Formats: sequence, C-alpha cells, structure tokens
Amino acid sequence: MQIKPILSALRRHKAGTILIALQIALTLAIVCNALFIVHERLDRVNRPTGMNESNVVAVQNLYVGSPSTYVPLMKTDIQAIRSMPGVEDAYVTNAFPLRRGGWSTSIQTKPDGTKNGVQSALYFGDEHTLATLGVKLIAGRNFSASEVTAFERDQQPVPAQVIVTKALAEKLFPGESALGKTVYYVKGRPSIIIGIVEKLTVPWIDADFIDNVSIMPLFFNSSYQHFVVRAKQGQQDAVYKSIANTLYGVSRMRVLPERYGVRTFDMVRKDAYEADRGMAVLMSVVCGVLLAITAAGIVGLSSFWVGQRRKQIGVRRALGARRSDILSYFMTENFLIALSGVVVGVVLALGMNQWMFTQFEMERLSFTYVLVGVVILLGLGQAAVFAPALRASRVSPVEATRSV
Amino acid sequence: MFSYYLHLGLRSLRRNPVLTALMVMAIGFGVAAAMTTYSVFRATSRDPIPQKSDVLYNVQVDNWGPENTKNGEPPPALSYTDATTLLRARKAQRQTVTYPIGVSVIPEDPSRLPMRQGAYATGADFFPMFDVPFLQGRPWSLEDDEKHASVIVISKALNDKLFNGGPSVGKQVNLDGHLFQITGVIADWHPQPVFFDVPNTQGFDDGASVYVPFNRAMDLKLPNNGNNNCFKDPGEGWENYLRSECIWLSLWAELPSKSEAEAYREYLTGYAAEMQRSGRFSWAPNVKLRNVMDWLSVQKVVPRESQVSLLVSLGFLIICLVNTIGLLLAKFMRRAPEIGVRRALGASRRDIYAQFLIEAGTVGIAGGVLGLLLTGLGVLGVGLVFPEEIARLATLDPTLMALTLVVAIAASVIAAFYPTWRAAQVQPAWQLKSN
Repeated sequence: MQIKPILSALRRHKAGTILIALQIALTLAIVCNALFIVHERLDRVNRPTGMNESNVVAVQNLYVGSPSTYVPLMKTDIQAIRSMPGVEDAYVTNAFPLRRGGWSTSIQTKPDGTKNGVQSALYFGDEHTLATLGVKLIAGRNFSASEVTAFERDQQPVPAQVIVTKALAEKLFPGESALGKTVYYVKGRPSIIIGIVEKLTVPWIDADFIDNVSIMPLFFNSSYQHFVVRAKQGQQDAVYKSIANTLYGVSRMRVLPERYGVRTFDMVRKDAYEADRGMAVLMSVVCGVLLAITAAGIVGLSSFWVGQRRKQIGVRRALGARRSDILSYFMTENFLIALSGVVVGVVLALGMNQWMFTQFEMERLSFTYVLVGVVILLGLGQAAVFAPALRASRVSPVEATRSV
Repeated sequence: MFSYYLHLGLRSLRRNPVLTALMVMAIGFGVAAAMTTYSVFRATSRDPIPQKSDVLYNVQVDNWGPENTKNGEPPPALSYTDATTLLRARKAQRQTVTYPIGVSVIPEDPSRLPMRQGAYATGADFFPMFDVPFLQGRPWSLEDDEKHASVIVISKALNDKLFNGGPSVGKQVNLDGHLFQITGVIADWHPQPVFFDVPNTQGFDDGASVYVPFNRAMDLKLPNNGNNNCFKDPGEGWENYLRSECIWLSLWAELPSKSEAEAYREYLTGYAAEMQRSGRFSWAPNVKLRNVMDWLSVQKVVPRESQVSLLVSLGFLIICLVNTIGLLLAKFMRRAPEIGVRRALGASRRDIYAQFLIEAGTVGIAGGVLGLLLTGLGVLGVGLVFPEEIARLATLDPTLMALTLVVAIAASVIAAFYPTWRAAQVQPAWQLKSN
C-alpha cells in the first residue's frame, strides 16, 4: 500500500481529517481516564475485609433512657441473640469492617509516648469475636471470657491483652515476632499482644492504614452498640428477619434505626461502596456512549468522503485497481487519521490525568490503560470505516465514464 | 424568510434521516450527560441560605498548633474552652454554638417504640440567625439559655408523629428520660448543604428534628453524636474533657457589616494572642472567620464524584460537538451544487449563513428535546450513582429544562459556524461549471 497518495489526498480534506483526528484524540483522553476510574473504583469495591462475609448480620442498636450502666443490657441482649435458633455466634462491638465509623488511635512501643506511633482502628469484642467474624488466628491465642472487662465513656480503652492484625504487628515490630510484646495505647499503660490474625480491615474505606486493627476484650459502656451475628449455614435470611423482634422481645427501650438498623453483610458492603459503584457505572456508561458516538461520527464522515469520491474511485478501478485496493485505501486512510488522533490523544490523556491527580488526588494513570485505549480506538476506527470502505470498493468502473 | 429557511432546513434534514438522527443523538446525549451531572453539581454547590450567607460566619481558632494541623488550616471545630469563652464575650450581634446530640424520643404512649431523631444542642440565637421558619410558638429565649431551662424546639415531622400535627407548644417531650417543654414547632427545615454542621455531615444529611439548649445539654452531659477529635489524651472524666483541647463544637456569628466582621476578626486574633501570652498556645495566632460560601468551599462539600463526573461529561459534550461539526460539514458540503445555484441566482453569503444556521438550529431544537427527555431519565437515575442524601437534591426544574434547550441550540449553532462558513465560500461559477 502506498501511503504517499493517501497523504496528498488528505491534504485536500484538511477540515474533515482534523475533525476525525480531534474526535479520536478527545475520546481517547476521556475513555482512558474514565476506564481508569472504573478500574480504581472496582478495585475498592471488591477489596476483601479479612472476614468470612457470608452469613453475617450486623445490627445497630441505640439504648433509650438513661440507666447508670448499659453493660448488663448488652450482656442480656447478646445472650438472647446467641440463643436464637439460626445463630451460630455473636458479639457486641463499637465497629466492624466497612461500618464507616469507629475509633482509631496511635500505638506506641515505648511507654513514654515520645515516638510517633502506628495508627490502628480499635474493635471492642470478646472471646466470640474471632469466630463470629470468621477471621483466622495465625499466632497466639484467643481471649478468654475472664479477660473481658467494661470501661466507661470518659475512660480510655486500655485492656491488658490485645489481638492485632498481621499487618499491624509487622509495622509495630518489623522483622520480629510481635507475639507477647508490650504496646501502649495510652502513655504508660501497657497491653500485651496475645494473638495475631491474618487480616482484618478498618471500618473506613478511605483510611491509609486499612489493615491496622486491634481487637480489645472490652465492653464499652454506651447507649450506642453494634451486634455482629454469624448465622448458621442457610439461616442468614431467617436471622435477618427475626432479630429485631428478638431484641424488642428482650426490651422495647431501644431504637434500631430504619436505615442501617439491621443489615446483612452484603448490604453493609453495598452501602459502604455505594459512591464507588455509582462512579464505576457512570464512567462505564459514558465510555460506551462515547465510543458509539465516535464510531457513528467516523461512519458518517467516511460515507460522505466515499460519496464525494465515487468518480475518482471509478477512474482508479477503470485503470486496473482491484476492489481490495480500494478497500485497503480507505482502511489505511482511516488508520493514518486515527493514528495521528491517538498520538495527540495520549498526550491529552496524560495531561488530563496529571490535572485530575493534582485536583482530585486521583492515582497516576498506568500506561496499560493508555495502551488499551489506543488499541480500542484504532480498532473502533477500522470497524467503523469498514462498511463505507466496502461500499467504495463496490463502485463500478463505469462511474468513471459518467458525467465527466 | 425565516420560515422559508426553516422549511428548507427540515426538508434537507429529512433527505438523509440517518445523518440527521446521528446529529440529533450526539447533541441529545452530550447535552443530557452535561445537564444531569450539572444538576448534581448545582445541588451540591448551591447557597443554602442565600439571603444571609454573607453575614453568617464560622469561627475557627487554632488550638492544636502547626505540628498537628495541615497547611496552616485551623481545626474545623472548636474546643469547649474556646467556644464558650468566645460565646460569653458577645462580640457579635448574634452567636450560637452547636453540636449534634445522640438522643432518642420516648413517646408518651407506651405501646409505641422509641424513635431516634437528628438533634442539635444550640443557643437561642440559632433560630433568628438562620431564619428558621416557625409554624407554632417561637424559639426559646436568651433568658432560657441563661436559666439552663429544659425547653425544646421540634420539627413538623416530629410534631406529626408525637401529636398528630396538633398544637403542642407547652407540652413535654421525653428525650431519653429527660423532659423538655416545647416552645415552638418549626417547618421541616433542612438546609442542604448543612452549612452549620459541615464537619459532622460532610454537607448532606436527613435533617434534624430536635433542638435543645446547649447549656441544658451540658448539664445533662448529652453525648456528642458527631466527631470528637483530640490530638492528645484528654484525661478521664467529663470535667477533664471540657477542659481538654478536643474539638467538637461549631461556633457561628452573625456580623451584618464588613466593619463588624473586621472587628470580630481582630478580637479573635487578640484572643489567640492572649492565649499565646498565657502559655496555652505556643504559636502565633491563627484564626479564621469565614462566611457560609467560603466555609463550604474550604470544607469541600461538593463531592469529588460530582466534580469529576461534571468534568467528564463536559468533555463528552465537547466530543459530541466535534462530531456534529464533522457531520454538518459532510451534510453541507454535499449540497455544494445547490449552494452554487442559489448563489448564482442572487443569494448573498449572508443568506447562505442564515439558511444553514437555521438548519443547524432545528437540529439543536430536536437534540434539545431528546436531551430534555434523557436529562429527565438521567436525573431519575442519579440515585444509582450518587448517595441518597445527594441524589434527592438533584431535580429537573424549569431552570434546568430551559438551560438544557438553550445549551442544545447554542451548541448546535456553534458547531454549525465552521461548516456554514465553508458552505458560504462555495464558488458559484466553479460549481455550475463542474456540473
């Protein structure tokens, strides 16, 4: 295929050429960035929590009235839940993964609190916590019932024993075993690491210390509690439906909020990543419609060109060009235009990403995405031009003789 | 002439229905995408209290120091010490301190379940400052604040639930076992963005139904339902907490003139300087006094998703325009012989401009109508993409409808400029000869 005649022909159609190239460039810039956003968001949506998430029901509970202590109420409630027919295990806590609210603090390895600590989320629980969440203990032991104590609203949560995640253990004691070591959640008040779990994430979805979690054998004396419940296999729906009645049966002096009151863990995950999933859906739709419109534009302009050049095509055919020559002429022409478009588009895509990076703290665009975008657009251009090019190749040589 | 050109335009559009449909769809989709995302952006960036937003100021005092703050921005809320000291100084016409409280309403009827309501502890000035509309009764008074009175203002929604919407001023409401006397019922007042409580809501929430005096809330130690941030251990007990540098209170001041705002700012700086002299702060005064819109902008209440999607859809609209330029060019140039004949018969360039811009305008109108339909669908579907609190703020009102049509027509006429110019350049002699 000779490229030179194509180029000199294009020089006579500057406007159309530039418009198609520009459209391809802009589409590439947006599609690359949109696909990247989709990827970034879906990555988050599917991020594991370290829990066994199936058959888990989470209840948000607010005690009503002003009793001097809530701890006996909590204990009665959790006993009632554990004795429900479909329930395997349950515990009461302040927070759990994907709850999007909870406590965090900075942990020190020295008692004086001078060094900068490691940030960690705090989950209160008891000896039932690990089994209910379905997390794997990889070293040490679980809490025993006698280690669980209560603390007041205006006190600091400082248990004698804690269980931490592997990620947190490695950050606190890099290169050595954290098991049995002493850490300080509050200056001068030691806690011993008695167990390490493989993985458990913090309640927030945007935290930069996502895998740093401490589980503490504590009851928090407060009106605001969460019950995390593991249902027996196949009993999740039954537990989900009956747990509110069970709790109201124990006492009516409570509120289980309409929204976020009783949720299966699937619902918890869905709520947590609502914005991310929405963004991924939106960007996918935008990509799809954008590619369709660009393809339609290429079809429209190419058809116009073919219509304009019927005479020239007839002449070429009459002078001995085969159908395949005409077909490849238009395919190559489109490829050249698309190529110049994607070159500009790559620059635009990177520029746009750079700008979003500074404005919206987005991550850097990986080059794979640019490459995928380039391939998609070149392919799209070829596919879009195929029908008009085929029509061009069917122009009969007789056209050359008409109305010259 | 206009109707003749319109007629010509419609005929020409009917001649290649596929090309016309492509253009109408490009304009329609482009405009709908831009307008749908704009409806969300508009809702999240709007002024929640336009009549007073420039005289209401949020107060910030840096009690954490440069080591514990970022980019010199003071913490977004105040400590108890700072909030109550500034409140007592009465340096503004009106001032109020607020924090969200976690309380449940216990209905008198024992057969009914308790309810959790959005609630704030605040001062008497809250209601006149923020123009809160009363349906019954009035706000509690400044004396009630002084007396630590057990009074309450409730919303219409709660009044409907508790008293079937009947008169309730003077009646009692039970909050977690504490009785409060109703002084007034307000309309369901939910300014969005919730400018007076951005740190706890990120700007959007379901609205509050209960307001009780701050002093009374302190007496009862009503728990803070919002964020509580401490950069060091406050120590144990309520008294230590109140004395600590933990931040959890918002302070708002109404300052009707620039000079009053300036005086208040000077007072704040003086206060921080005094704290520095007394040794409480070991850094230079760092205070901020920002009006509603500045505060919302600094707190970035417009969600990142809303900004990114608006930008992407504007890019989308531009691509649709480039697409339309190409298609119009193809369409107009195909009619070069016709233009040649018209020019030869005496039509001026001006006439050609008018004819083709009107033709493009009709594409714009058709695209606008399609865009309007798609925007309607888009606004309905906003809930699939944005959280409920934000999605319900996006509405297709007459302004947005008019804007959709105007943008569609303007976009297609702008897109038509270059193709029309090319059409007007057609040389009649050359066209006539070559045929």
